[in-house]
Amino acid sequence: MGRLIAGIGSSHVPSIGVAFDQNQQETPGWKPLFDGYKPAKAWLKEVGITHAVVLYNDHGTDFFFDKYPTFALGTADEYPIGDEGWGARPLPAVKGDAVFSWHLANSLVIESEFDLTICQDMVMDHGILVPLPLLFDHDPDWSVKTVPLQVNVLQHPLPTAHRLWKLGQALRTAVESYPDDARVVVVGTGGLSHQLHGDRFGHMNSDWDKEFLDRIEDDPEGLVDIPHDEWMERGGAEAVEMMVWLGMRGALTPKVNKIHRNYYLPMLSGMGLTVLEDAQPDDAA
Amino acid sequence: MSRETGHSDHIPGTCVFTGQRSQKGLKLNSFAFSLHKAENREAYRKDQEAYMNSYGLSAWEKQKVKEKDWKALIEEGGGNIYMLLKVGAMTGDGLVPIGAQQRGESVEEFMKTRNVPLRQNM
Repeated sequence: MGRLIAGIGSSHVPSIGVAFDQNQQETPGWKPLFDGYKPAKAWLKEVGITHAVVLYNDHGTDFFFDKYPTFALGTADEYPIGDEGWGARPLPAVKGDAVFSWHLANSLVIESEFDLTICQDMVMDHGILVPLPLLFDHDPDWSVKTVPLQVNVLQHPLPTAHRLWKLGQALRTAVESYPDDARVVVVGTGGLSHQLHGDRFGHMNSDWDKEFLDRIEDDPEGLVDIPHDEWMERGGAEAVEMMVWLGMRGALTPKVNKIHRNYYLPMLSGMGLTVLEDAQPDDAA
Repeated sequence: MSRETGHSDHIPGTCVFTGQRSQKGLKLNSFAFSLHKAENREAYRKDQEAYMNSYGLSAWEKQKVKEKDWKALIEEGGGNIYMLLKVGAMTGDGLVPIGAQQRGESVEEFMKTRNVPLRQNM
């Protein structure tokens, strides 16, 4: 049976990937970021995760505005590493699980009426590739099978925060109806505060980032009513992608246990990480 | 049930990437997006004018690309920052120079405003 084991929220700032490839993990500027992922990776290994459903946004690696899906689910056994303009990163192709993906597709579309675009060919973007090797082993091959779920947070109109929350709930239903064994983590990537264009380039807001990290844990339903303008105003225009974390949080129980959290605000973006699991019945009492 | 306000531009210094902007910038962004392929980067390097013409860019768009006027391309041309970054990759301009220009600052001035001046990677 499919079991939902954990939820993770993580930033996907591209410079993290560059620093990772250049082995800058121990440099003073980067150590606070990379050290923050070590307990998360160790815990995920300990609880025996087999599958990661990753909600993320593409940044012009595979999808373009000529035809732009609001939600797109990958159903391949393998996903190539994208070239975003600087050449592809030296990572093995992301390993998928077509059987598991098609099960999710059937459940999401039929059972939960989430009619997303199904992609049998999907090229991986930094939205997935930045956090993935920080959370899972990848050498010589990935230790988990990944299901990419792309969300439009670039071209307005975007899905609402509420819709992402519902998508998370639908994902849980889909995972739990999988007949074979799978120990699943749902990952939501993006944020935290940043703005990459206009006079407001470089906007960051650590108060909002910290409030968000608290509320994604304890008050997620209070976040689902926040309109796009407010996400953009508080976190910066591109930080509207923080909504994607609600797709992760909606898959968990109303109360959760925090396993781990990290926050770092060096240069252009708040870099957040949170690892959550369902509250056990005893904890919820 | 929608509480969305319809893409207001009330946030100072911000151009929300609306459908209207995406429509206006479709050719420009299509050109920029195409540079994710190595063979297209090669073709662009070989003959920039011909390459931009093949994407139907206007004289204004071509001029602003050549001038690396990121501010105009975004504010007036409907350019999307994630697509334009691929043009920046060709001209050696990463996110920081592109952003500093939009703020009307030099890279040095901008870096002074940062908590930890990480080496600029893109």
